[in-house]
Amino acid sequence: MVIFFVLAVMLVGLSLLVVFVRNVVHAAVALVAALMIIAIFFLTLQAPMVGVLQIMVYAGAIMVLFLFVIMFLNPMTPERPRRAWWGLGVLSASLLAIMLLFMVSKGQLGAGPLAGTEWFGSPETLAKSLFTEFVLPFEIASIVLLVAIVGAVVLAKRER
Amino acid sequence: MVPLNYYLILSAIVFAIGVVGVLIRRNLIVVLMSIELMLNAVNLTFIAFSRFLGSMEGQVVVFFVMAVAAAEAVIGLAIIISVFRHRETLDPQEMQLLKW
Repeated sequence: MVIFFVLAVMLVGLSLLVVFVRNVVHAAVALVAALMIIAIFFLTLQAPMVGVLQIMVYAGAIMVLFLFVIMFLNPMTPERPRRAWWGLGVLSASLLAIMLLFMVSKGQLGAGPLAGTEWFGSPETLAKSLFTEFVLPFEIASIVLLVAIVGAVVLAKRER
Repeated sequence: MVPLNYYLILSAIVFAIGVVGVLIRRNLIVVLMSIELMLNAVNLTFIAFSRFLGSMEGQVVVFFVMAVAAAEAVIGLAIIISVFRHRETLDPQEMQLLKW
């Protein structure tokens, strides 16, 4: 319980850093730390496979790609603050947060967890579910990734 | 054991912070990172429900969300690179050629 609150405060603080820090590289590093903390949450929720994938795919691959693009473009022009949008942004986000918190507080799911077995989220059970019930979405996901690769190559190609 | 509601509240807060980032930042890369933050908040909700309802479906959905998020990041960054080559800016306000 104490660990949950420590991690939750760290996660919220790092998310605020991602949004409000001026330096893009610092925001990216804060996002890496936030993704790591979410991975720790996954591990405590008995989802070890997804947690490891989170670290490898998100904190590893995707964020390296982000940092690579930041270094590649190297946008040195400082960002002009968009004052007019601050009120609207904060207002709509706080409205959304209030709405979500209200819905959550109305829910009756506060009871304890179902007695999961020791190997609830193991790679074996995840793979069993993935390759029996969800075979078709799995194959479609591979096509999505292929299209993304081809699209990225075409988009980033230098025109001549 | 932490109750389910705490996870839902935490993920709602993180999602709202991501919305703020999309709305108020003027840097396309930070906007894309805020979208990733929102996707991760939703992933946390999925995993929490999967644990508390004792079903595997939530974890499988998170797997697919990760695959689609990787594709989205790749395409988004490729578009940003291509736009930056033409305009030398990352400000979404500057990209209004289709607006009248």
